[in-house]
Amino acid sequence: MRLHEYQAKELFAAYGIPVPRGAVVDRAEDVTHLDLRYPVVLKAQVLVGGRGKAGGVQLAHTPEEAQQKAARILGMQIRGERVGRLLVAEAANIDREYYLACVVDRSSRRLTLVASAEGGVDIEEVARRSPERIVKLAVDPALGFCPFHGRWVARRLGLQGVLLGAFADLASRLYRLACERDAELAEINPLALCEGRWLALDAKLVVDDNARPRQPDLPVDEEITELERMAREYDLSYVELDGDIAIIGNGAGLVMSTLDMVAHFGGRPANFLDVGGGASTEAMLRALDIVLRKPGVRALLINIFGGITRCDDVARAIASAPPRVPTSIRLTGTNEEEGRRILERAGIFAFTDPEEAARRAVALARGGP
Amino acid sequence: MAILVGEHTRVLVQGITGYQGEFHTARMLEFGTRVVAGVTPGKGSTRVHGLPVFDTVEEAVEQTGANASCVFVPARFAKDAALEAIAAGLDPVVVITEHIPVHDAIAIVNYARRQGVHVIGPNCPGITAPERCKIGIMPSHLFRRGPVGLLSRSGTLTYEIVAGLTRAGIGQSTAVGMGGDPVIGMTFVELLELFEQDGETEAIVLVGEIGGAAEEEAARYIQERVRKPVVAYVAGCTAPPGKRMGHAGAVISGTEGTAQAKVEALQAAGVAVAALPTRVPELVAQALGR
Repeated sequence: MRLHEYQAKELFAAYGIPVPRGAVVDRAEDVTHLDLRYPVVLKAQVLVGGRGKAGGVQLAHTPEEAQQKAARILGMQIRGERVGRLLVAEAANIDREYYLACVVDRSSRRLTLVASAEGGVDIEEVARRSPERIVKLAVDPALGFCPFHGRWVARRLGLQGVLLGAFADLASRLYRLACERDAELAEINPLALCEGRWLALDAKLVVDDNARPRQPDLPVDEEITELERMAREYDLSYVELDGDIAIIGNGAGLVMSTLDMVAHFGGRPANFLDVGGGASTEAMLRALDIVLRKPGVRALLINIFGGITRCDDVARAIASAPPRVPTSIRLTGTNEEEGRRILERAGIFAFTDPEEAARRAVALARGGP
Repeated sequence: MAILVGEHTRVLVQGITGYQGEFHTARMLEFGTRVVAGVTPGKGSTRVHGLPVFDTVEEAVEQTGANASCVFVPARFAKDAALEAIAAGLDPVVVITEHIPVHDAIAIVNYARRQGVHVIGPNCPGITAPERCKIGIMPSHLFRRGPVGLLSRSGTLTYEIVAGLTRAGIGQSTAVGMGGDPVIGMTFVELLELFEQDGETEAIVLVGEIGGAAEEEAARYIQERVRKPVVAYVAGCTAPPGKRMGHAGAVISGTEGTAQAKVEALQAAGVAVAALPTRVPELVAQALGR
């Protein structure tokens, strides 16, 4: 789960990472009452990328200008996300911009410090263009982050003396935050050098969803849709797409391959729902309810390969709540015979072969028999 | 021969008194796996399916000679359980549990590396060597012994492809479900090395999915080191960028990790890549010259 910039900055500050003075508002008229030194930067609090290009970040030199611009940004739609909140922060005199992040690295299988003297830009672009400009340090979890690690990285960024020491201290704070807060990513971009001081001008924090239970004081996830929230209650994962075929399957890989099959035969998935391992009849009923709530669904494809999930549990759900749109079902695996018997009694047919089921779903979405 | 497990494998089930642990212990015993003990702290000296249950892994090893572990312990306690198994020298340690925090997985995997222990998972269906040993939750009836080594990041998709192979009359030497999380114990490269050395394996099936760079790393390794034919399928060709596709591992970010990039890397390494999972058996049959 990704936190908003202002939420991440509050956490960063709590770990002693310097951030610009600022405040959050949700009404433009509140901007003028803030005790801040001008000029200020107004920053739309959205989770999608590209807010700067969309006009969601603006500089203001007076309270009047700030209020005017705040009114314009609040309520803006940035790539589909409505701006409900603004971070108003004191603008900084930037001498130079760096990049610093702590990220879970799949390849080294360690928490890894990533830094660059080229900050303020897309770091993936820097990695492609000039990989030698990126400094990486995979930290041995048994050892933890040591002060010399910070100096090792700082030296490779060309830093010396007091700045090197201050950078190393900052890096160690970011690492500690990432560990204690179960971060998949804790990123400062840009990390600015302002009149001899380090300042985190932006903050990005992505917390591991699996660690939510042991991070009870982190803010709640506001970004999920109502349907996604309904899915979560049953430990189902639901994703919206923009076609007209709803898809239910068990297991992420199987579901993705089902999407691939539908596309292969010329269909377009409307959404998909992974019921995971060991889906009960109740979970399956919830799944059927969720995927069909999306407007514009013309057909439903159910692809179940029973492992822990039992075909009879799945069949019971389908038979007790027959879908209101034309449906193609593939059912095989554990307790398959019992599952088929249940469906047959309800007059419902099921394929064994996933390709045939996918082809049928595509035909049904086109209004075929 | 199979890889990592065999007739010599004596399995300890951690979390044997839980619902999943008890259920799948019965399935493993039916399969013919030599499950020798269970561990649940606080429930020592009880029995499950006739097997002795111990409070600690150390005692279970002393009393029963267990040499491999299957972890069903709930996510909150799974890190400690896996570390205990690694400390006792069990190998492999197969972690079935899902929803383990990634920082816990990092601790498990790095400790295992230091101790020279193979960890499979977390969030995985386990490992199966037909007619010899099954550790985990894969449906037993799908398998048939034969020449194909299978390694996969996905659970149910593994079942789909194994079922297809068996239907086509092609058996398996060992199938490994590596787990779908961002940080996992055994990687494609480590498993490819074992399959390449394994006398029973004549062809390899690699099942990948979007996210990360594991398939690209596998492609480089195959190009340099693998002489046996490799067939692959990569799930998620039509997945939209930036969306989590069901579990933590499967998310595309930026340009890295798309199915297209993975397919191209594998093809460039001489791997036959199937467009759909259902097309894997025919490509394997060709690779085996059938």
